Amino acid sequence: MRRALLISVALTVAACSGERAAPRAPSAGGFASIPARRYGLGRAATPEEIALRNIDVGPDGEGLPAGSGSAALGADLFQKKCSMCHGPKGQGMPPAFPQLIGRDAKAEGFKFSTDFKLQHTIGNYWPYATTVFDYVRRAMPQLQPGSLTNDEVYSLTAFLLASNEVIPMSATLDSVSLTTVKMPYRDRFVSDNRRGGKEVK
Amino acid sequence: MSDLPTNHSEMDDTARDVAAVDAAMPADAAITRRDLIAGAAGALGVAVAASIPLVALGQGANTSAPTVPAIPADPTKLQGAPTTPVGARSAFYKPSRTPYGETTGNSLSPLQDLTGTITPADLHFERHHAGVPLIDPAKHTLLIHGLVATPLVLTVDEVKRFPPVTRTHFIECSGNGRAAYREPKSDMTPQKVAGLVSNTEWTGVPLKVLLDEAGATKEATWFLAEGGDACVMTRSIPMAKAVDDAILVWAQNGEPLRPEQGFPLRLLLPGWEGNTSVKWLRRLELGTRPWMTRWETSKYTDPLPDGKARQFSFDMDAKSIITTPAYPQALTKGWWPVSGLAWTGRGTITRVEVSTDNGRSWHDAELTPTTGVKAPVRFTYQWEWDGSERVLLSRSTDETGYVQPTRAELIKVRGIGTDFHFNPIVGWKVAVNGKVTFHGET
Ligand code: HEC
Repeated sequence: MRRALLISVALTVAACSGERAAPRAPSAGGFASIPARRYGLGRAATPEEIALRNIDVGPDGEGLPAGSGSAALGADLFQKKCSMCHGPKGQGMPPAFPQLIGRDAKAEGFKFSTDFKLQHTIGNYWPYATTVFDYVRRAMPQLQPGSLTNDEVYSLTAFLLASNEVIPMSATLDSVSLTTVKMPYRDRFVSDNRRGGKEVK
Repeated sequence: MSDLPTNHSEMDDTARDVAAVDAAMPADAAITRRDLIAGAAGALGVAVAASIPLVALGQGANTSAPTVPAIPADPTKLQGAPTTPVGARSAFYKPSRTPYGETTGNSLSPLQDLTGTITPADLHFERHHAGVPLIDPAKHTLLIHGLVATPLVLTVDEVKRFPPVTRTHFIECSGNGRAAYREPKSDMTPQKVAGLVSNTEWTGVPLKVLLDEAGATKEATWFLAEGGDACVMTRSIPMAKAVDDAILVWAQNGEPLRPEQGFPLRLLLPGWEGNTSVKWLRRLELGTRPWMTRWETSKYTDPLPDGKARQFSFDMDAKSIITTPAYPQALTKGWWPVSGLAWTGRGTITRVEVSTDNGRSWHDAELTPTTGVKAPVRFTYQWEWDGSERVLLSRSTDETGYVQPTRAELIKVRGIGTDFHFNPIVGWKVAVNGKVTFHGET
């Protein structure tokens, strides 16, 4: 009763103040102020189950598995397992099936912002070689993801990098050599400088 | 055929009606006889269904117009449909997303068919990179590891035992509006122009609470979020976002997540490009640098005119679109609400202006009460069309003072070939004959 009265008083005051602003719903976030506490839910993960899921590879090579593979073997694998979607020369069938290989002169020099018809490839765009390994291992071939052995992924990575003129066709890759590959356009990537406010960037 | 009568003679009657109506209706007619039986008569079936006269009504001389089956002349004289286990939309309202049938693709939300600010969950846009996985919630677990005191495995039921929060937020794919920005065409609908944005009420647990449970260490500056779909989607996210407003979500608009929205668990990063709100979440790893996954290097980066590409461009800038009048509507002279949606990933929209003269003058639109921060407002400007050629535009301003730019301004700073984040002012041209077409070249 008392509570209802208080609420109606509050409503009247708000109505009389003539403010048009709508009552604000709970703001986003502010979760930082939630005090840290433990609820004792869940259970400790075992090293084995972490290893099973932890398949990511970092730009510093962290997470790269043992094994190795050559571009020559990769060329063969590519024809067998990838070319039906990405084309025998990795030219793709954009937009559904991306072009993977290509350093053609028109796209060279990172002119993508002025011409949206230029295709992004591993050689003319991708900033990190480790990403090729990580992505192919987790997602390709599209209809049998996760089916490749680590050696096969090293081979395919070597082939994709070699046919994009990043490493020689004679190359073999393992966890150490893959980490040292520097991609041609790595330095073109910059962090976001938009901050809201008046300036359009 | 489960909604059809089982009694033989009546089935024959119904079958005849079906045949008659089907013959009179174009194959893609908006409303079919079956909808009517299901919608108006439902399981009551036999008697009522048989008593509804199913007559095809032509619309004037235009025989190709969708044919609407007859409805009771006076619905107050006929028992209505009985109660149903799950509701369905009126047979007269058929909003639809735009699936292309691919597994790596998107399906746009029908903005022109929606009012208010909340998107029905089944019309929330879809975007996925390897189809919608079928996940048993009883078997799904979330692993939290890396720079934590105790690596944890949580079941979905356990996640739901933490103190929940409910928030309304939009999600916008950062590819939203690419086609309209690069190659605007007069026959684009609001759905086609900006249908990769939706807004719903989400329930889950603040990510901060889960990170405390696992004992996140101070050294952690980034975390990796990984989905359980067939491409095992991964994005790197700064820890600052995790403890600000990130939510591990399991429900949407009052029910468990839909499969295409990440059932049973998804991440929600309010105001950030949709791809970062990783669906079917199965793993969080805490570390000290981004992982440079394919979705933050090859994709979701923005080439710029200076020969650079912006990376980790998370925030969605302020944007708006008039959802009515819009293509393919046709207007008659008189009053019309010019109404649409405005949103910003940087907090709240403080102002939306509408122009009815291609930007020469602007009028403040009325804004609906906001349902939250990083949630859209609906704006309305009541306008009397005098029959002259007009271009209707909307322009939003957010709480940081950012004003939605024209397309020309955006092209200057980002280039026509930039790949994500398209938020130009757009609008609709009204011709003297009342026909409304898309106007993208602002
Ligand atoms: C059944 C068709 C199919 C097959 C076979 C296939 N891919 Fe793909 N691949 C795709 C599709 C579709 C995408 C785009 C996925 C997306 O957009 O998320 C893709 C994307 C990629 C990408 C990322 C391209 C980019 O620009 O980001 C790489 C790299 C790749 N595939 C490598 C391979 C390799 C190596 C193989 C062989 C082992 C392979 N693919 C086999 C369909 C296929």
